[in-house]
Amino acid sequence: MKQYRNLIKPYLVWAFVVIVIPLILIALYAFTEDGNEVLTFSFTLENFRKFLEATYMSVIFKSFKLGILTTVICLGLGYPLAYIISKCPEKSQSLLILLVTIPEWINMLLRTYAWMNLLSDNGIINHLLGLLGISPVTMMYTDFSVVVGLVCNFMPFMIIPIHTSLSKMDKSFIEAAYDLGANKFQTFTKVIWKLSIPGVLNGIMMVFLLSISTFVIPKLLGGGQYMLIGNLIESQFISVGDWNFGSAISLILAVLILIFMSLMKKMDKDE
Amino acid sequence: MMNKLIELKNLTKNFDDQQVLRGINLDIYEKEFLTLLGPSGCGKTTTLRIIAGFEEPSDGEVLFNGIEISKLPPYKREVNTVFQKYALFPHLNVAENIGFGLNLKKVDKTVIAQKVERMLKMVGLEGFGKRDVTLLSGGQQQRVAIARALINEPKVLLLDEPLGALDAKIRKQMQVELKKIQQEVGITFIYVTHDQEEALSMSDTVVVMNNGEIQQIGSPTDIYNEPENRFVAGFIGESNIIEGTMIRDYLVAFDGFEFECVDKGFEDNEEIEVVLRPEDLDIVDPGQAKIRGIVRNITFKGVHYEILIETELRTYMVHTTDYAEVGREVGLKFGPEDIHVMCKMGSY
Repeated sequence: MKQYRNLIKPYLVWAFVVIVIPLILIALYAFTEDGNEVLTFSFTLENFRKFLEATYMSVIFKSFKLGILTTVICLGLGYPLAYIISKCPEKSQSLLILLVTIPEWINMLLRTYAWMNLLSDNGIINHLLGLLGISPVTMMYTDFSVVVGLVCNFMPFMIIPIHTSLSKMDKSFIEAAYDLGANKFQTFTKVIWKLSIPGVLNGIMMVFLLSISTFVIPKLLGGGQYMLIGNLIESQFISVGDWNFGSAISLILAVLILIFMSLMKKMDKDE
Repeated sequence: MMNKLIELKNLTKNFDDQQVLRGINLDIYEKEFLTLLGPSGCGKTTTLRIIAGFEEPSDGEVLFNGIEISKLPPYKREVNTVFQKYALFPHLNVAENIGFGLNLKKVDKTVIAQKVERMLKMVGLEGFGKRDVTLLSGGQQQRVAIARALINEPKVLLLDEPLGALDAKIRKQMQVELKKIQQEVGITFIYVTHDQEEALSMSDTVVVMNNGEIQQIGSPTDIYNEPENRFVAGFIGESNIIEGTMIRDYLVAFDGFEFECVDKGFEDNEEIEVVLRPEDLDIVDPGQAKIRGIVRNITFKGVHYEILIETELRTYMVHTTDYAEVGREVGLKFGPEDIHVMCKMGSY
């Protein structure tokens, strides 16, 4: 391994330039006032104080609410699916997993536009409901449409880690549980579920992080007025032009995610 | 003998189009240490898994105390298994693993704790209750697996090559301990192995299997001394197998000579095969024996020498503590009781 150690150097330089320096800049912006000169900074905590205002707190609250809801739905639907796939013969398993990932091959924008078509007031679903004599339901630009978009986009990130942990599981653990007197239900709750928890935690982490920091899906399916933390950051940089406040929100989000991940890691260890 | 506990009646098992069991008939008794012995792919593990309930036989019956159980799921059977790779639950510690079965039966926690302690003591792991099972050595994991199975007080303990993953020294020690545990708890052990020495040293009954069929059932001494066919003779220990003719009761001919023997019950002039165990052969002066040959090779094996002696017709293997120089002409001597006559069958 030692002779390859030099190969890592270009990567370190690259990582420093594109990851570390921007992070430092974000932190710098977050703690300074608007209108900095190259060499003179006036430090301030104003950006963080501003974030504590009720308008912004409600945005972060809503983001966490939708993030948690998306994660719970993905887990509720994804676990049974991953479990069923892991029970299939090996050959069809790789095909099924391929099918799960196929939507990800298509650009996220296209998929999201497709949902807009399906969910809009005179879209396909409402049209079908009309045929059944049900009056149109407003689905677009609500929490519902955003959650549908998030769940559909991020489902594979829940299914794949769970499927991996289930399919790698030694079958003799399951046989041992049967052998020791556990029926099918007990075998699932006492052994299979417990042994798949690392996969579940990975899935939760992935889906939660993706759904809490996304801004395209809520923008398209939630409409222009729909604000999640990702949209808030985007608007600060793109339309409002307050880079300092945008940086501060990014930093807060990063810290929250870090706390969340360390909690997850701790749960993983405890299991 | 004790009461019959398990009866296998004409068991067959097909996987896809492959027949792995071709009609197994076997009676297993209470308190018996029975070993299924055979090369890999002989069907011994499949037989065990059918008894455990992990496989359903394609045809035939499994009777437990006279009741047909082949459709019963594993968790309703009064048997427990020690798995080849132990299959200890990695998310539970040693005590929780051992108490798993009792926990499911909603036994009182303090009773479980007491029983777990007793089990740990029996398998020599006192004070290990709180340990992480993944950090135990192979031998220790094995003991936990045995304790986890025995705490449920099964009528039968099934062991699927339980010592396969252990190194030679611990293996020997575990053989002795397993036998001791079996006598202590007084239940039937069904043990699967491909190691003939393990089978001979631990079992009350050895069942030699090959190709999905039982070749011979008997005590270790029977199996060793009176192999019923060439496969058994070749699989158990080393042997010289020679084709010959049974002239009449107590008289057999091979390699151009007639020899007195102790076997009877064959037809006159029936084609048979003779087994001569290497350790039953003595090297003597050429004048004192009918079969003569030249020493071709001598290898020191620790306790004995392994000597290859080439005669006109074949090469004999001899195990003896006497030294014989390569190239010397010697005679091969053996008594009537050293000749084991068996039925001739297709060669393996």
